[in-house]
Amino acid sequence: MPYYSRLDPAEGTALDASDFTVELDRHRRYLLRVAQLQLRDAAAAEDVVQETLVAALSAREGFTGRSSVKTWLTGILKHKIVDAIRQKQRQPVVAASFDEETDLDDFDPLFKDNGAWQAPPADWGDPENALSRQEFMSVMEMCLERLPPNTARVFVMREVLELETEEICKELTITANNLWVILYRARMSLRECLERNWFSDPAHA
Amino acid sequence: MLHRLTHMVSCKEATRLLSQAEDHRLSHIERIKLRLHLLACVACSRFSRQLALMREAVSRFRT
Repeated sequence: MPYYSRLDPAEGTALDASDFTVELDRHRRYLLRVAQLQLRDAAAAEDVVQETLVAALSAREGFTGRSSVKTWLTGILKHKIVDAIRQKQRQPVVAASFDEETDLDDFDPLFKDNGAWQAPPADWGDPENALSRQEFMSVMEMCLERLPPNTARVFVMREVLELETEEICKELTITANNLWVILYRARMSLRECLERNWFSDPAHA
Repeated sequence: MLHRLTHMVSCKEATRLLSQAEDHRLSHIERIKLRLHLLACVACSRFSRQLALMREAVSRFRT
């Protein structure tokens, strides 16, 4: 039986707090990885994950089992990360550093002068072949960690935490145009990294 | 003639539009230009499927 169905209030068999703590702890490493990618600060990442787990524990009655525990925790983590960013922004701002990462010229080498691909993307084969492999997910994580810091932060906010673009712009005080450039850059880099480190291996395509 | 229709945007521009399409709704004219380009361009069609795969991979990372 899936874990969450045992929590279904309709069944009246909600787990006690200690079982729930064990379950939450299983997701701790994942939450830390996401928080670390976003905040780029081990201590701050520890803090938000701790807060997330505490909040989850005290809100466990509210967990309906409609989503997985991991998805539910990701939702809580999202709010804690936004809080952490807000607090940080009251301190001296780092916004200027975004400028370095919003320069589109960096991608010119990917395209010829007429805008055509310098080296067109390879055929990645059946997506399911990659997606079902744990090693592929590890390669993806490595590729995320290799992104420039602010680029990774924005990408995680958008794609992992699923924040709306308006919210990201507001929290990071960047323009919508900057945001698109950063996300474009993140996707292009990620694509190249996956192609080089996974799909170029004939065994993987 | 056909080439002119399908290459109103370059590959560079098409990749930018494909990325933006994940974050906001493109304008009518952008969507038409992009669709025409994808009809003729194998490389950008691949790129489009690769974007979808990356999105799917991230969503599995999350769940």
